[in-house]
Amino acid sequence: MPDSKQMPERDRTIGKKALLEVRELRKYFPIRKGIFGRETEQVKAVDGVSFDVFEQETLGLVGESGCGKSTTGNTILQLLTPTSGTVRYDGVELTTLDGKKLRQMRQHIQMIFQNPYASLNPRLTVSQIVSEPLNTFRPQMSKRERQEIVQEMLQLVGLNPAFINRYPHEFSGGQRQRIGIARALTLDPAFIVCDEPIAALDVSIQAQVVNLLRRLQKQLGLTYLFISHDLSMVRFISDRIAVMYLGKLVEVADKDTLYNNALHPYSQALLSAVPVANPKRERNRQQIILQGDVPSPANPPSGCNFNTRCPVAIDRCFVEEPALREVETGHWCACHLVD
Amino acid sequence: MAHLLDVENLQTEFHTSEGVVKAVNGISYTLEEGGILGIVGESGSGKSVSVLSLLKLLPQPPALIKDGAATFDGRDLLAMTDKEIRAVRGNEIAIIFQDPMTSLNPIMKIGKQIGEALELHMGMNESDARQRTIELLNHVGIPMAEQRIDQYPHQLSGGMRQRVMIALGLSCNPRLLIADEPTTALDVTIQAQIIALVRGLQEETGMAVIWITHDLGVIAGLADQVIVMYSGYVVEYAAVDDLFENPRHPYTLGLLSSLPEMGDDETEELQTIRGTPPDLINLPPGCPFAPRCDYVIERCLAENPPLTTVQNPADPGVEGQTAHLAACWVNVDTGQAR
Repeated sequence: MPDSKQMPERDRTIGKKALLEVRELRKYFPIRKGIFGRETEQVKAVDGVSFDVFEQETLGLVGESGCGKSTTGNTILQLLTPTSGTVRYDGVELTTLDGKKLRQMRQHIQMIFQNPYASLNPRLTVSQIVSEPLNTFRPQMSKRERQEIVQEMLQLVGLNPAFINRYPHEFSGGQRQRIGIARALTLDPAFIVCDEPIAALDVSIQAQVVNLLRRLQKQLGLTYLFISHDLSMVRFISDRIAVMYLGKLVEVADKDTLYNNALHPYSQALLSAVPVANPKRERNRQQIILQGDVPSPANPPSGCNFNTRCPVAIDRCFVEEPALREVETGHWCACHLVD
Repeated sequence: MAHLLDVENLQTEFHTSEGVVKAVNGISYTLEEGGILGIVGESGSGKSVSVLSLLKLLPQPPALIKDGAATFDGRDLLAMTDKEIRAVRGNEIAIIFQDPMTSLNPIMKIGKQIGEALELHMGMNESDARQRTIELLNHVGIPMAEQRIDQYPHQLSGGMRQRVMIALGLSCNPRLLIADEPTTALDVTIQAQIIALVRGLQEETGMAVIWITHDLGVIAGLADQVIVMYSGYVVEYAAVDDLFENPRHPYTLGLLSSLPEMGDDETEELQTIRGTPPDLINLPPGCPFAPRCDYVIERCLAENPPLTTVQNPADPGVEGQTAHLAACWVNVDTGQAR
C-alpha cells in the first residue's frame, strides 16, 4: 500500500501545489446473484489509488479497457460514490460534501466525455447545450449576457458562432467534441477530467482537438486529468503520467522518465506494444508481447495483480502485493523487482 | 510471379433516400501471391466497402457495384453467381472483421462454428472436424483448446474471440486473408499479440493478406505495399518504406505529420489537416482533398488528378520493387505543378 501520509510531502519537491489529492480511492461494484439479489462478489474497479494532480499540469491516466481509469475519473467527480478513500480538491474534501455543496463545487470541476455522439442532447441547439450550465449556476444572468458567453465559448473552441442555433446532428464528430469542450468551459472551471476525448475521432481530427485542449490549457490556466488508452497522444499532452492496471496504479512519473525509463514490467510492455509509424524502426525493434489476458477484476490474482502476465515474476510476486513506492524523486513504481 | 488478385476500376455506390453515396470511385490494385497489402484511410474513405464489394458481401440494393473487375486466380469475382462466390468465400478467401462478438454466432459453441466450416468446405466428418478444430485453436494460441471448443463466444475475452475468428478464417487454408480492422476494438497489448500471430501464420502458410486499418503504425510493421484511400479514391500507392519515407500526396503527408511520434522530441503543436472529409453524396469537382489541402493550385479545383507514377522503382528487376503512385497535380517538394 502506498504510504498516504508521506506522499504529498515528497511530491511537492517538484515545486507545484497539488490541486487534487486522491488517497486510497476505492470503488467496488457488487455482483448480485439469485432471486434475493444476494451480494456474492465485488468487482474491484478501483482498488486503492493515490495520486496528486498539480495546478496547471496535465496528468495522463493510461491503461487498457477495464483497468478502472474511467471509473477513477467518475469517482473523483463524485458521479460515482467511492467505496472508500478521500478526494481533496483545492483543500475541500469532496467525498463528504452534501448534495448542495457538491453541486456548487461542480462549477470548478468539469468533464469532457469520450463519445461526442452520445454526450450531447440531440434535441437541444448548440446555444442551449453550451448555456445549460449557466441556467443552473447563474440563474440571475440575463438572456443577452448568456448569448454573449455562448458566442465567446464557441469562438474559443474554434466554432463559427453563426452555428449557434444548429443541432448536434448537423456537426461532424470533431465539431461535436468542440461543442462538448465549450460546454465544459462555460462556468470557467479550473479542473477538467478529459475521459478519452479523442478516442472516437479520426486521426486527422484527433490532432485538431488535442491542439485545442493544449491551447486552452495555456490560455485559461486549466488543470487536466487526461484519461486515455492512446499512449502516443498521452505523451504529447501530459506533463506526468500514471499507468493503471486492474484497479491499481503501477507507475507514476513525469512523461520523459516514463517513456525513456519505465520501470514496471507492465509499463514497459504497454509502451512496447504501441506500433510506430516507421517501417524500419518497426521491423527492428524488440517488442515485449505479453501472454494471456487481463484477469477479471472480480477475482484478481493474489500478490501482485500483474503476476499472471508478468514475464519476470518471482515467487514473492505471488504472495506479497508490491507497494507503490517512490524509487527516485517523483517516480513511483509498484514492483518487487525495482529497487 | 503471377498476380493473385487484380482489382481494376472498382466502383461501388449506395443508393439511399438522400442521394447516391459514392463510396468507392474506381480503384485499382494488384496483390502478389504471399504479399501483404495494407489499406489505410479514415472512416468513410471506402476502405472496407472496397473489399466487401469483392466478396459480394454488401446487400444489393442499396449497394451497387457500378463497374470494375476483380480477377482472383484467373476468375472474375464480380462476375460470379452467388453460388460460385460462396465456394470462394471462406475457402480460398477468408475475411475477419473488426468486432468478433458480432461476427460469431452467440448461441453456437465456438468449436461447432469452426467445425461447420470444415464440414462444409473441406468435406470432413464430424469427429475429424473436431480434431482439426482443436489443432486450429491451439495454433492461434488459445490455451486449453479441448475445453474452449465447447464454450460460447460470450465466455471468451475480446482477444480470444478474435483468435477464434482467425482460426475460423484459416480453417480452409485460404490463399488470401482479408482482415478488416481486426485489432481496432482490442487493447494495445492484445493488438500486439494478434499482429504477431497473423505475421507468423503468414510466414508459415504463405497466404496473401489484405489488412485494412486507420492506424499507420500497424501498417508500418506489417505491410509490404500500402494503399492510402480518401473519399473512395486511392490517393497514394507505394511500397511501405517509400510511403513512410517519401510520401507524395498531401493527405498522406498530413496524416503522417499529425501523429505525435513516439520516441521523438515533442513539438509545440501537432500538425493538423484542417476541415473535414467531403460529403460522399456531393463530392466536389476536382480533387476531393483540395478543400483541405495546403498545396492546392487552381487545377486541383477543376480536375481530379489520376493516379500516376511519381517515381519509378530503384531496381525494377527486384521482386517487390514497385512504382510509387500518387494522385496529385502538385509536387509536394517544390509546391509547383508537376
